[in-house]
Amino acid sequence: MSSSSAAASGSADSTAARRNTKRPKYSKFTQQELPACKPILTPRAVISVFLLVSVVFVPVGVASLLASRKVVEIVHRYDAECIPPSNSSDKVAYIQNSSVDKTCNITLKVNKHMKSPIHVYYQLDNFYQNHRRYVKSRNDEQLRDSSKWDSTSGCKPEDMANGKPIVPCGLIAWSLFNDTYVFSLNNKNLTVNKKGISWKSDRDHKFGKDVFPKNFQNGSIIGGAHLNDSIPLSQQEDLIVWMRTAALPTFRKLYGKIEMDLNEGDTISVTLKNNYNTYSFSGKKKLVLSTTGWLGGKNDFLGIAYLTVGGLCFFLAMSFTIIYFVKPRQLGDPSYLSWNRNPGGH
Amino acid sequence: MGRGRRFKKLYLSKIYTFTCGKKSLFNDEHSQIGSVGFSRVVLVNEPADKFENSSENNNNNNYADNVVCSTKYTVANFLPKSLFEQFRRVANFFFLVTGVLSFTKLAPYTAVSAILPLIVVITATMVKEGIEDMRRKKQDIEVNNRMVEMLKGSGTFERTEWKNLKVGNIVKVEKDEFFPADLLLLSSSYEDAVCYVETMNLDGETNLKLKQGLEITSSLHEYDFSDFKAYIKCEDPNANLYSFVGSMEFKEQVHALSPQQLLLRDSKLRNTDYIFGAVIFTGHDTKVIQNSISPPSKRSKIERKMDKVIYVLFFILFLMSFVGSVFFGITTKEDLKNNVMKRWYLRPDDSTIFFDPKRAPAAAFFHCLTALMLYSFFIPISLYVSIEVVKVLQSIFINQDINMYHEETDKPAHAVTSNLNEELGQVHTILSDKTGTLTCNSMEFIKCSIAGVAYGRGVTEVEKAMNRRNGLEFDDIMNSPDRKAPIKGFNFTDERIMDGNWVNEPHANVIRNFFRLLAICHTAIPEVDEDTGKVSYEAESPDEAAFVIAAKEVGFEFYKRTQTSLSIFELDPVSQQKVKRTYTLLNVLEFNSTRKRMSVIVKDEKGRILLLCKGADSVMFERLANNGREFEENTLEHVHEYADAGLRTLILAFRELDEQGYKEFDAKFTEAKNSISEERETMIEEVSDNIERNMVLLGATAIEDKLQHGVPNCIDKLSQAGIKIWVLTGDKMETAINIGLLREGMKQIIVHLDTPEIRSLEKGGDKTAISRASRDSIKHQLSQGAEQLTAASGTSEQAFALIIDGKSLTYALEDDMKNSFLDLATSCASIICCRVSPKQKALVTRLVKFRTGKTTLGIGDGANDVGMLQEADIGIGISGVEGMQAVMSSDVAIAQFCYLERLLLVHGHWCYRRISSMICYFFYKNITFGFTLFLFEVHASFSGEPAYNDWFLSLYNVFFSSLPVIALGVFDQDVSARYCLRFPMLYREGVENILFSWRPIISWMVNGFISSIIIFFFCSKAMEIQAFDKGGRTAGRDILGATMYTCVVWVVNLQMALAISYFTLIQHVLIWGSIVIWYVFLLAYGAMASSFSGNAYQVFAETLASTPSYWLLVFFVVITTLVPYFTFSALQMRFFPMYHEIVQWLRHKGKTNDPEFCAMVRQSSLRPTTVGSTARRAAKTNSLSLRGSTTDHR
Repeated sequence: MSSSSAAASGSADSTAARRNTKRPKYSKFTQQELPACKPILTPRAVISVFLLVSVVFVPVGVASLLASRKVVEIVHRYDAECIPPSNSSDKVAYIQNSSVDKTCNITLKVNKHMKSPIHVYYQLDNFYQNHRRYVKSRNDEQLRDSSKWDSTSGCKPEDMANGKPIVPCGLIAWSLFNDTYVFSLNNKNLTVNKKGISWKSDRDHKFGKDVFPKNFQNGSIIGGAHLNDSIPLSQQEDLIVWMRTAALPTFRKLYGKIEMDLNEGDTISVTLKNNYNTYSFSGKKKLVLSTTGWLGGKNDFLGIAYLTVGGLCFFLAMSFTIIYFVKPRQLGDPSYLSWNRNPGGH
Repeated sequence: MGRGRRFKKLYLSKIYTFTCGKKSLFNDEHSQIGSVGFSRVVLVNEPADKFENSSENNNNNNYADNVVCSTKYTVANFLPKSLFEQFRRVANFFFLVTGVLSFTKLAPYTAVSAILPLIVVITATMVKEGIEDMRRKKQDIEVNNRMVEMLKGSGTFERTEWKNLKVGNIVKVEKDEFFPADLLLLSSSYEDAVCYVETMNLDGETNLKLKQGLEITSSLHEYDFSDFKAYIKCEDPNANLYSFVGSMEFKEQVHALSPQQLLLRDSKLRNTDYIFGAVIFTGHDTKVIQNSISPPSKRSKIERKMDKVIYVLFFILFLMSFVGSVFFGITTKEDLKNNVMKRWYLRPDDSTIFFDPKRAPAAAFFHCLTALMLYSFFIPISLYVSIEVVKVLQSIFINQDINMYHEETDKPAHAVTSNLNEELGQVHTILSDKTGTLTCNSMEFIKCSIAGVAYGRGVTEVEKAMNRRNGLEFDDIMNSPDRKAPIKGFNFTDERIMDGNWVNEPHANVIRNFFRLLAICHTAIPEVDEDTGKVSYEAESPDEAAFVIAAKEVGFEFYKRTQTSLSIFELDPVSQQKVKRTYTLLNVLEFNSTRKRMSVIVKDEKGRILLLCKGADSVMFERLANNGREFEENTLEHVHEYADAGLRTLILAFRELDEQGYKEFDAKFTEAKNSISEERETMIEEVSDNIERNMVLLGATAIEDKLQHGVPNCIDKLSQAGIKIWVLTGDKMETAINIGLLREGMKQIIVHLDTPEIRSLEKGGDKTAISRASRDSIKHQLSQGAEQLTAASGTSEQAFALIIDGKSLTYALEDDMKNSFLDLATSCASIICCRVSPKQKALVTRLVKFRTGKTTLGIGDGANDVGMLQEADIGIGISGVEGMQAVMSSDVAIAQFCYLERLLLVHGHWCYRRISSMICYFFYKNITFGFTLFLFEVHASFSGEPAYNDWFLSLYNVFFSSLPVIALGVFDQDVSARYCLRFPMLYREGVENILFSWRPIISWMVNGFISSIIIFFFCSKAMEIQAFDKGGRTAGRDILGATMYTCVVWVVNLQMALAISYFTLIQHVLIWGSIVIWYVFLLAYGAMASSFSGNAYQVFAETLASTPSYWLLVFFVVITTLVPYFTFSALQMRFFPMYHEIVQWLRHKGKTNDPEFCAMVRQSSLRPTTVGSTARRAAKTNSLSLRGSTTDHR
């Protein structure tokens, strides 16, 4: 029928143009006859898709898992042990007391050879960097442009201190993490390189080279770290890292890099200053040393997930194969149609 | 044409016994003139503009002008009105509120990004509205600018546009023109101011109506009008088509006016060269337009259901916001206890109201507003506009369908309104007009039975359709070269009679009388073309024309009518010469519906007085003389055969009167005719009745009320698709029955009020008694019908047809009876309502619509169908014929009934499918997206911070997911048009609403939730805390957001790719294009200044693109998200395939040429179809084969 109509209309096309009729122009498009691929879920297609997915997923899963397994990671929680036992009843008071020396010594044991660079992270827990009030509390203009030093909109209540604008203003900057770590291996200091821990675009475009901290942490309540007023923001990488807010309440942030291999059995002693208050919201603090692989840090999840789904697809492929072989059914069988299944409703 | 007078001056009123010559009498109603409701004053030929300074006489000026306006908006009110319309939609209003709120501090995102999509959406809809209204405007302009001749001040008639007419103007309307306004007939080309009017557009009746001007004005001619003045008082504009009360003061005398003088707008002048009339009602005052209700805005069932789903989404939205707010309130409150800050980094001690722990309830309330804004992505903002766009594009496809283009009238299909496309796929009942819709309103003389011998080899449309089904092709016969050029009204072939061969037949004498009767017994007027000498006829009804033409073709050519005589050429059997015979016309006893017959009394050249009579078999056989029944048995048999074949039959008989008998009759008849008492009609009837007896049977004629091309086949397909067809016609019962909707063996339940008791009561004139008796009678008949049905319910093969006439319908539609009527009707296979008024059509439609709750479709061609078209869920106008009323008030206009098959089975099915899967998909994609936001909130202590960048959010619905879904709505097809037509059962999916019931909707929503959970869970777990790339940096909110967003874009687009079954280049481009656009956007947006792009600055270029974990994660999440749906569809295809999937399977396997297999799929319906040729054939085979098997074998 379609072919005959096509032929008929084809012949009429030329005359139609001459007579100026309202006859619709014939084209495969207007007649909705465009060549098309019309895939349907045949047993073969279903089984092959499932097989294909599992064939791809399983090796990828294995590779990811291996990549993750190769990564060596040392995680050490120190928030509890760095409170002197005498203060353990009121950790908040201890941490808020600025007159106490909060130095704390911990040791980390390297269980496996760690290849340089070894990344140093601090990990916070239950810290809502993604809270709307928190996220919004910054002024990007001010961070970027030294002439906009006094624009502090959105930074409340950390916008002004003693009647003068704060640079960098806002809660994020104000609450900058201020624990510090000093590593030593066999009584020899390990240098921690703090350069290049932030994204380049942040350094180049979001934090000005001529913007210097002003009036920072001068308010009534001191939040976190102080900044060196003579270093421009673009070089304050701790701040830059901190200000790229984390997505989830548990997060790690890069502290620095140790550009030296660590050997199995090495014991690293860390002298840290436990300044940062996570006690009032009962957040954990962890120090993490980790190498990276091509897939980033240590996380088996992706590999396992790949393997699981790959396996599941293989299982599905097998099940469908069995169904099709054991109980083949004529697809044209109409008794499954809804209006035949419940003949009452028509 | 028409100017030169070709008719001899004729006093046509003389031919008519019953309708003409009645004096208009002043009766009760006329006394009301001048009172309330009857206050109109028309100064004829003194149009207002002449009297501008005289305040007393400018009455005419107060009346509406003749401009008709059907547009919804004007330039001035377009903006406010259409905006109002837009924001009446709940979803749009919601977005307006959130848009306004987004300018406050509450907003989780920037205001511009929130308001922009709304502006885009609203503008698009308004543009669409504007274009549609422009189109209506154009149509109005076309009508308003039609030309008519109007008397100008100079005393001459000049052509002017309709819109310039004013009350009081005198116009000249020529043959076959429409009346531009309601006119008072003054004079016509006939001496006695008679004219014929075709009112098909108004009431659907096919026969011409006779109108007659007042005697006093009948002599006026073209040049007499310049100083013609009259003063008319009449009723105010009203909608009653059949009444008119007024009086005309002319030459200091007052004359009563009746409907007999009123020519209504949109009726057409026929058989009359021209008329002169005075404009009484113009424009919106005319009765036609008063009758038309303002077009209701129709919304499809799917859209109404969609609203419900949107309410469900709103509910979920509010629930999510509420839950979030509660949690938010609690956590916020805990931030500050006894002046001890918990989350000190938020400075809860110095907070704004939105985060103030001291005022936590208020903060929670405001948060709830924020959350509403944030989760508003649950509600697909672009859904409405996408649907509108899709529907417009769908209608373009409907308009462009070459298979619905009618060559002869040069009319393609035209979707007038585009918002009902998907409703076309759900039609449960079709309510159809007959004349002009199912039939062409052309009658063809096709068979006859003379002296008990059947003649005629013509094949009717119905027979053709049946034979085609049976595998025989009749086209060979029809197309054989020896077939002569077809003559309109004549489709008779039989060499025994044609070309003068009848003289050799055994009953040549009877044959001669037969055709002579056809040539004489009528009221047609011959028109002789002076150049060629060819005769054509102007007849009151097409059947009558068919008879005269048949007589002419056989050799009895009627060529001249005078006041008192008829002249025919006839073949002399002896000399084989054409001889001229003149018959003196003595009396005409015309046809009317109670008499069901018409007779003429003539005197032939030999002085014999003959009564020639033709009429319905029900009245004719009883009027035969005992010696005139020679052929009765055979004729009766033939008549039944003809009726079965869907033909209209008439019985022909004659009687010779002796001089004496005639004289007696004539005296009585004249007396009756001249009486002016109320009894006049009864007296005439009685006299006529007495003379029309003792007749001799000649034979019977069979006329085919020619069905439009392809109608039987179309009806067959439609009923296979499970659609019920009701025929509502203004025509008489007899003519209505024989249209091929019935099949032999079908029991007819006829409900009517044509019983002797009622008739005798009617004569009594006691109205209450009549209505009581009628009501009882109808009730009785209905319950009897129901009994018949229950009695027959055991034998499943029996099918019933219900036939009911308009009068009975009045009672059957009353509140206490309408339910039993409808119950009876729904259990009958076909329903025919005849002689129904336009209003009743609308009432029946409404009854069916509301009582069954299913989709109804009205189809018709005339203004009388307008009510039905507007009342039905979908109104289809037939645009093949003239008259725009039906088309203008329809939703889709097609040129021929048979295109309905394609319109419903192909376009309707597709549109239904497209729209419903599109809406489901919309819900899916918005839930997938919106729910990830919520899941993120769970991990952000419900603070209202979105997981994604502002512009990601606002462009989601506009760019990254909308185009493929529009493509789905416009292009997707489950199976091609060919298969839609081959397997009409596919249509059932729409009638049953399988694709848009709660099950699929909820499944899609659940699928959305699953996708969303998978995306969020895997992304957040995989990115968690560890280093994101080799450089050791961890993933922040920006990276997680962009990754999740990438997954969402991939998933919703690939999900689309899985869901559609028709992949053209367009789909490929749009689906893959959307994904590409997302990456391009990400790059471009990231490259903009960081002040604009915020945390998306360089996020792709710097971080994502170079990171393997991003790509691996996206790949994994996307595939995994699709697995549940894929498995589900595979299982469904395997275990619970839907009908379209079976057909797809058939096509895929290439089994479509395997008849056995196809038959099995077609047979899937356990419910037998009840009308149409397939059913007929099935019934036949069933009756042949032994009972039991219902399958039909080839």
